[in-house]
Amino acid sequence: MDNQLNHSQLITDNSQLTTHKMIQLKNIEKVYRTDTIETLALSSINLDIAKGEFLSIMGPSGCGKSTLLNIMGLLDAPSKGDIRISDQKTDHLSDKQLAQFRNKKLGFIFQSYHLINDLQVLDNVELPLLYRDTTAKERRQLATEALAKVGLSNRIKHFPTQLSGGQRQRVAIARAIVGRPEIILADEPTGNLDSAMGNEIMDILINLNRNEGTTIVMVTHDENMAHKTHRLVRLFDGSQVQ
Amino acid sequence: MLKNYFKIAIAVLRRRKFFTFISLFGISLTLTVLMVLTAFIEKLTNPVYPGDKNNRSLYITRLTYTSKKGWINSSGSSFYFLTHYAGSLKTPVKMAIVSSNSSSNAYVNNKKVVIDIRYTNAHLWDVANYQFIEGKPYTIDQINRADRVAVISERTRNEYFGEGATVVGKFIEADNINYRITGVIKNVPELEEVFYANMYLPYTVSKKDYRDKGFQGDYSAVLLAPSEQLLEKMRAEYEQMTARIPLPDKAFDTLHSNADTYFETYSRPFFGKADNNGYVRFIVFISLFVLLFMLLPTVNLVNVNITRIMERSSEIGVRKAFGASSKTLVYQFIIENIILTILGGIIGIILTVIILQVINRSGLIADLDLTVNPIVLLYSLLACLFFGLLSGVYPAWRMSRLNVVTALKAQ
Ligand SMILES: Nc1ncnc2c1ncn2[C@@H]1O[C@H](COP(=O)(O)OP(=O)(O)O)[C@@H](O)[C@H]1O
Ligand SMILES: [Mg+2]
Repeated sequence: MDNQLNHSQLITDNSQLTTHKMIQLKNIEKVYRTDTIETLALSSINLDIAKGEFLSIMGPSGCGKSTLLNIMGLLDAPSKGDIRISDQKTDHLSDKQLAQFRNKKLGFIFQSYHLINDLQVLDNVELPLLYRDTTAKERRQLATEALAKVGLSNRIKHFPTQLSGGQRQRVAIARAIVGRPEIILADEPTGNLDSAMGNEIMDILINLNRNEGTTIVMVTHDENMAHKTHRLVRLFDGSQVQ
Repeated sequence: MLKNYFKIAIAVLRRRKFFTFISLFGISLTLTVLMVLTAFIEKLTNPVYPGDKNNRSLYITRLTYTSKKGWINSSGSSFYFLTHYAGSLKTPVKMAIVSSNSSSNAYVNNKKVVIDIRYTNAHLWDVANYQFIEGKPYTIDQINRADRVAVISERTRNEYFGEGATVVGKFIEADNINYRITGVIKNVPELEEVFYANMYLPYTVSKKDYRDKGFQGDYSAVLLAPSEQLLEKMRAEYEQMTARIPLPDKAFDTLHSNADTYFETYSRPFFGKADNNGYVRFIVFISLFVLLFMLLPTVNLVNVNITRIMERSSEIGVRKAFGASSKTLVYQFIIENIILTILGGIIGIILTVIILQVINRSGLIADLDLTVNPIVLLYSLLACLFFGLLSGVYPAWRMSRLNVVTALKAQ
């Protein structure tokens, strides 16, 4: 597993990355079963992601990128294999513990934003804090700060449908970072955006990684984006090829 | 956290205006119908003016002959039958005897006044608790002398003499006969099948012969037991006595005359027969009705809720991804429902109060005073809560089983 790090394309000095492993995937396999067919979406995936690392995942459509990210984010369980996050085993966690774990440790960004259209921007961003012990005032404050980081301070009373795609994705980022998670999982965050907007989003993520040390795993179709990250993993037909 | 659930729920309900409207409409309408209905039923089951002693009274209203061939002949009882047979019982302390209503027209200043007349004995005034605004009842002596005396209702006084007039000692004319007024009573609701009238007269002044020895006639009686505990004893005594009465008419095989509680006088004609007081059937019928009636908005709400969950599945996925546990979401959902049903309940109560007021004022049923009973209100709110839970639990359970990834994919 260590040799993955040796092969990886590191842009910055990452000598301390080898010491702390943030996400460890061991022999992950995922099979989707329906009545008629079985799809092997992932097979024998072994991947370690260091604390503070910015990793990108590429591969053709349908090769299992989203599946892998969902498994890392504990949104879906693997058919086989182990996931450790911050050296903690995750397979025995109850629904409630999983929810808390996701709430504290993880932030998600989706290709189609997944904002709640009936809620104002600020309420959308506050959402993860609702499931923590916070007061309304704290929530407001943290959400406002998060929106400032993505440059949307002047849009907090808007509804998502009143925003452009790039703005919506920035709201989604604010929502992902508002609870200060150690890990951000982004599934094609720039997939629906033109390149200018995509670059804006990418810059926000890079800064987040640099300044706050947030570990980021990003699925992307864009080679240019991928090359701005520390390391690139390629998938093909559910297997790691690089 | 509860405050949050509450806030989210209110926000959701405000956002989904159409859904909220449909649900509130269903819930409040159901509750209104139920509460108006119970207001009526309550009038039948609880002692109300002037039947304050109903819980130790038994009513003898119908006298029915049946034959093995299937002939049935049903009518009221004769004055003779009631005094001779019912009057022979040991338990009752009093027995009111009252004729059926007959309408009579009187004319005052060219205006027609309709007067419902009953002929009574003197015990009526002890068995029923009439409240006298003025004067007093006629006495046994006056009855025995066949004096032309009358007790009239407040309403008839107002129509005949004018609002608030003093009338004791004055004469009132009905069917071309003048009666001297001895007292004026507070109005009795028309629903009171035995006690209601606008003018009460001694049975001795009736044109019909009260000495006729036939059993059938147009009188009813109300037996008053010394205490509530002795009510069933009185009933048993009456049944034993009637079983021994020789049949006067050979064309029939059985005579049925029942001493019924006030409530049974309503349930028997609708749900029972001469040999069945219909009480159990009435309760079963009402319970089934209420259940079915409540089920309707519940099923509707369950249905709407399931649709709504599917519609909101992406939101559910997002909430789960960002740290909501299934349990939290279930709570949130159930609280949304409870708030909705309670809101519906409150609207229902307001509607009920308005409708009861309208019914009371319309004079549709004379002198009926329907009220919202606090106990009915409490039960209605409890029923609301129960059905709120019921309609929320199943959809919430379905929701909690939704896989996050699947939920997110649904758009
Ligand atoms: N819920 C599911 N049920 C059945 N098959 C699925 C499901 N989700 C994904 N798949 C299949 O698994 C494979 C990987 O899907 P996915 O991870 O979404 O690919 P990618 O994100 O790389 O485009 C695909 O062949 C897809 O059809
Ligand atoms: Mg995908």
